[in-house]
Amino acid sequence: MFAFIARRLGLLIPTFFGVTLLTFALIRMIPGDPVEVMMGERRVDPEMHAQAMERLGLNKPLYAQYFDYIGKLAQGDLGESLRTRTSVWDEFTTLFPATLELSLAALLFAGTLGLIAGVIAALKRGSLFDHGVMGISLAGYSMPIFWWGLLLIMFFSVWLGWTPVSGRIDLLYDIPPVTGFMLIDTLLSDEEGAFVDALRHLILPAIVLGTIPLAVIARMTRSAMLEVLREDYVRTARAKGLSPARVVFVHGLRNALIPVLTVFGLQVGALLAGAVLTETIFSWPGIGKWLIESIGARDYPVVQNGILLIACLVILVNFVVDILYGLANPRIRHQR
Amino acid sequence: MTTQATLDPSLFYPSPLKEFWQAFAHNKGAVAGLAFMILLVICALFAPWIAPHDPSEQYREFLLTPPAWLEGGQLQFLLGTDEVGRDLLSRLIHGARLSLLIGLASVLMSLIPGILLGLVAGFFPRLLGPSIMRLMDIMLALPSLLLAVAIVAILGPGLINTIFAIAIVSLPSYVRLTRAAVMGELNRDYVTAARLAGASLPRLMFITVLPNCMAPLIVQATLSFSSAILDAAALGFLGLGVQPPTPEWGTMLASARDYIERAWWVVSLPGLTILLSVLAINLMGDGLRDALDPKLKNAQ
Repeated sequence: MFAFIARRLGLLIPTFFGVTLLTFALIRMIPGDPVEVMMGERRVDPEMHAQAMERLGLNKPLYAQYFDYIGKLAQGDLGESLRTRTSVWDEFTTLFPATLELSLAALLFAGTLGLIAGVIAALKRGSLFDHGVMGISLAGYSMPIFWWGLLLIMFFSVWLGWTPVSGRIDLLYDIPPVTGFMLIDTLLSDEEGAFVDALRHLILPAIVLGTIPLAVIARMTRSAMLEVLREDYVRTARAKGLSPARVVFVHGLRNALIPVLTVFGLQVGALLAGAVLTETIFSWPGIGKWLIESIGARDYPVVQNGILLIACLVILVNFVVDILYGLANPRIRHQR
Repeated sequence: MTTQATLDPSLFYPSPLKEFWQAFAHNKGAVAGLAFMILLVICALFAPWIAPHDPSEQYREFLLTPPAWLEGGQLQFLLGTDEVGRDLLSRLIHGARLSLLIGLASVLMSLIPGILLGLVAGFFPRLLGPSIMRLMDIMLALPSLLLAVAIVAILGPGLINTIFAIAIVSLPSYVRLTRAAVMGELNRDYVTAARLAGASLPRLMFITVLPNCMAPLIVQATLSFSSAILDAAALGFLGLGVQPPTPEWGTMLASARDYIERAWWVVSLPGLTILLSVLAINLMGDGLRDALDPKLKNAQ
């Protein structure tokens, strides 16, 4: 097991440096003069231009610029936003809990519903329910979620008036950020009704963000379950006279969960990409919206290192999933 | 004495094309997807003749006219008009051009280099393979839409940059697939035979091995065609893709957002078109996979 983890860690380091190379290259690929682009004006005063080049370190040879960049990263210096003059790391850490809360809620929604639908579809193979689940999940898989979000807003917020249109909480409430998770913070504060309000804000974005993972998980659970239910040990368990529920959940689902867990892990990248769209639609103050706004404002340090942070997050989660997979399935661990 | 043997044609082995069609047609969803795709392609090819109006013509006296079957609808605007009085149906038909163009161009732009890199990585597993694969792993570390957003953010929005960004994003999957298929084929006897017969490296790569790796690549090309349309629409929605007033489906949705309370059709219809197109292509992809790769079908 130790060797397995070490091998995976060994793969992690070149990937990390590769990503830094990528984010480093991104900002140098800006067509035209970077200073003019960043300042948003043409014919910058030559003296100011030179100062800006100096400040951004753009006057040195490329390899030196890269080593500077890595050196700063190693010291935890991710630069500061051109707009707000606060450090990128601080902005990231204040906004990240909002994205995390949204993603966890989405995964909870997708995971529970997807597992239940997948298991029932597998048990009732070929039935109307099975065809329905498969059809809906194919549609969910093809869903442009930015449109799905607008549709839900139109139906639930505009027509029925059940849920608010945007944001995390009503402006009436003043919730001190303790954990950064609005659901927990509202419980900690003694504002009445704040928790319910936060929940109402969370529901629609979580459904929108969870739609594609839901479709993937339902399909995956169904096919994994079908596979497992054909196994000899399931027949043996049935023949032993175990209750159907025990056969399905203990002998079946537990083994079917292994591939489903991997899919869960793989969805993290998709979730973060979906968060960009979902947060834009619902004005959810997370890192997705932050990134898009920074792109609009040509705030290149934020774009560069925001992307770096997200990539690192995805790499780390995939690493953890790999390890968990190795734990669950010894055959993977001993490969190669 | 002439014995003209009249053989029952059903005894012959069916032609590969016919066999493929039978397997494909077995999947009803795939046929439905194909039918919708053909409709879409016809719309795209003949857009100027099919569309009832010019997509950028603004009918100032018909702002936000509802679809024809609703109260207040106009028969000349079947699906209604948008916020500046442009005919929605015409814009959707012209939008099909853009979406299919983006899909086709980005698939070609990633398929060809993807196959080349995959072949090289497969044929030189010690020398070049690991570095190519590492590079692809790095690209896979970023969620595809995010990488596309980053590329467009740097290069600037627009049609060409959208195609370019989506092509780069879908490159790794082709490289991985080609390499895996090549590695599988290289140990086969026919490859050894071709080698012994003195086939040159390019011949081995492109004539001996590559045709036998095409099935998964064709399936992947279909799937990435649909995700290209989806990503292009998402970029357009974020304001980073094709710029207005070009009738791109995602861009149309973005400008319709402000009318969500008053005019459901400007919001619903472009999105529905995206959903149906992507769904049709995915259904077709499923059918192709079943028809081209029986192994995968049985594995399910």
